Amino acid sequence: MNTPLFSVRDLRVGFLSRSLPLEAVRGIDLHVDHGEVLGIVGESGSGKSVGMLGSVSLLPPSAYVTGSARFQGQELVGLDRRSLQKLRGSRIAMIFQDPLSSLNPVTKVGTQIVEAIRLHDRKISKRDAMERAIELLELVAIPEPNRRVHQYPHEFSGGMRQRVMIAMAVANDPDLLIADEPTTALDVTVQAQIMEVLATLQKRLNLGLILITHDLGVLAGHADRVAVVYAGQVVEQASIDDLFANPKHPYTRGLIASIPNISEEKERLFSIEGAPPPLGRLPSGCAFNPRCTMAQDVCRNLDPQTTTDGAHSVACHFADDKEGACA
Amino acid sequence: MLTSGWVFVNNHRTVSSGQTSIFGSMHPCEGAKLEKGQPLTRFILKRLFAMPFLVLGIVTLAFLLTTVTKGDPLTAILSDRQLNDPEAVKAAMARWGLDRSLPERYFIYVRNLLSGDLGTSFVTRRPVLTDVLFRLPATLELVGAAMVIGSTIGISLGVLAAYFKNSWIDHLARLFALVGSSVPVFWMGLALLYVLSVKLGVVPGPGRLDPRASLPPTVTGFMTIDTLLAGEFKLFANALWHLLLPAFVLGWAVSGTISRLVRANMLEVLGREFILTARAKGAGELRVVIRHALRNTLVPTLTVISYSFAYLLTGAVLTETIFSWPGLGSYAVGAARALDFPAIIGVTLVGGIIFLLTNLITDIAYVIANPRVRLG
Ligand SMILES: Nc1ncnc2c1ncn2[C@@H]1O[C@H](COP(=O)(O)OP(=O)(O)OP(=O)(O)O)[C@@H](O)[C@H]1O
Ligand code: SF4
Ligand SMILES: [Mg+2]
Repeated sequence: MNTPLFSVRDLRVGFLSRSLPLEAVRGIDLHVDHGEVLGIVGESGSGKSVGMLGSVSLLPPSAYVTGSARFQGQELVGLDRRSLQKLRGSRIAMIFQDPLSSLNPVTKVGTQIVEAIRLHDRKISKRDAMERAIELLELVAIPEPNRRVHQYPHEFSGGMRQRVMIAMAVANDPDLLIADEPTTALDVTVQAQIMEVLATLQKRLNLGLILITHDLGVLAGHADRVAVVYAGQVVEQASIDDLFANPKHPYTRGLIASIPNISEEKERLFSIEGAPPPLGRLPSGCAFNPRCTMAQDVCRNLDPQTTTDGAHSVACHFADDKEGACA
Repeated sequence: MLTSGWVFVNNHRTVSSGQTSIFGSMHPCEGAKLEKGQPLTRFILKRLFAMPFLVLGIVTLAFLLTTVTKGDPLTAILSDRQLNDPEAVKAAMARWGLDRSLPERYFIYVRNLLSGDLGTSFVTRRPVLTDVLFRLPATLELVGAAMVIGSTIGISLGVLAAYFKNSWIDHLARLFALVGSSVPVFWMGLALLYVLSVKLGVVPGPGRLDPRASLPPTVTGFMTIDTLLAGEFKLFANALWHLLLPAFVLGWAVSGTISRLVRANMLEVLGREFILTARAKGAGELRVVIRHALRNTLVPTLTVISYSFAYLLTGAVLTETIFSWPGLGSYAVGAARALDFPAIIGVTLVGGIIFLLTNLITDIAYVIANPRVRLG
């Protein structure tokens, strides 16, 4: 078996608090290969960001990470700071949710891209790096890149700033790109454009792409595989087609039902009732049971094991029972 | 009366509030407001144009303040024996214009001011302008050194305290700031002078230079510069050495405020998403903290430093007295004690002008530091 580009095994992330440590990520398994797009979907607070940031040690000191996250076979958990800095921004790149605040407001856009380049290529001159920055802006379809590199972030719209972030992320031709809700903060029309840019670059650069979102609809047509996360655990993982055709976890079915559908023009959008459990206040048994329409006594007592059927895995006592999902 | 002239100059910031006025910006986070497309030069010219009017305002207020004091300036002019002699009193009143009405005196003062005449000191019998210019460099040297020391300590401690939040470094920095800003400078000055100079002898005593040393020729009036110009490197070191303790006492007093503010701003900025972006790019911690975070706290940091300048001017009065520093501060104290009105007004005026100029420079610095303001 050849090593995957990036694989996560039993990753756990907790935060030290006054009373007891709070676990935000409770043992997740994931993997993504060169040229592959893995979607991670889940509600706000389910631990998507914390899991990915934890795997590259980008969390505040109060966080502790256990388990394994391997990049091209190299273990990242516990890796020294120097080696991590070398990987970040060169082999592993990231973009974040809010393009309005993810660029440094007092530095010119071009300078920020130049910084990204020169952090990993000490030999390149400033002038050459600026040339490259202009090319990168062109690559993400920003008009007039020659002029735009000399502007400040506040002179760009939200969508344009996210393009800048993408340009900066791919500046050093990375192998893995982690995009944490790259379109959530943007208008619907702009969302589609940004997804287009990302998809094009992903294919062109043969990137392994981890696409985090809380909207399963965003993943349709873009992701190869999807991991559904609930309360810090992966509750279902499958190829995108399989997941849409044959969702096994009640939570996944709820997410699919809540995708806005333009053609049907439903009066009210379906949404899963209730809210995810707060950190440290997990119910006993299956974490989803207070919100699950299929919950039985066994769900309240016993945490379901993950069962795998080919490439489709799920953690639910009634995974094969399709009735009564979305009442 | 001791510091009335200075206090009144410092307070106008707290008196006016809200948006930018001709005095400058009032809020640490606001910065100067350039109107859209207004070029920097026009902004500066506008502010320069307002300055003479502000100076006139200061003079007027200082003038009025001298009239509400109870004491009789004749005691400074005449000896006790002369005071009992009606002829001598009358002559002195006429000589110093004290027999004229207040509006008349004010009018004469302003008219003389326009030709650069600040009047004559009751005490030294020299033109006030000469006295003030003679003493100004010593004060500027002290305040400048205090500013450098205060902002260096303040910024470094603020950055460290924010980065190592809640660690012993943070607690130590908080303690240092608390002591600096709550212990009055005259007390701190006396205590440090006593312990470090008298008891331990690790720093020199009061004064700008070793009393046995021969003074370098006065060129700029700045002891550090004049000794260098004279090529006297030993004297230069001696001048620096004498400057250290008073400047540190004064600098410590303002470093507390600066470090608290820098800490708060750094904490805010370090939590912003572009810091995460910088780390995700592979930037090292030093770079993240200095280039990305600290750079973004420049505007409020500049503001608090310019605020502290006003405090330094006031603090210099006491520090100079304790350290026998022959600057404007000790001149002001002498003038206030003797009810030397021309000298009091003159010092107030010069202090006010310095303060206005600092404000202007701060505002220009804002505009340069903050691209959102710069580009309108
Ligand atoms: N620094 C921190 N200290 C303590 N708890 C934290 C910290 N950062 C995140 N958490 C908690 O960890 C949990 C997971 O947060 P995370 O940001 O990973 O959610 P998410 O799935 O990315 O949600 P969203 O869609 O809102 O981005 C949340 O309950 C959050 O409150
Ligand atoms: S295990 Fe039970 S509660 Fe949990 S999702 Fe499955 S049916 Fe619902
Ligand atoms: Mg998130």
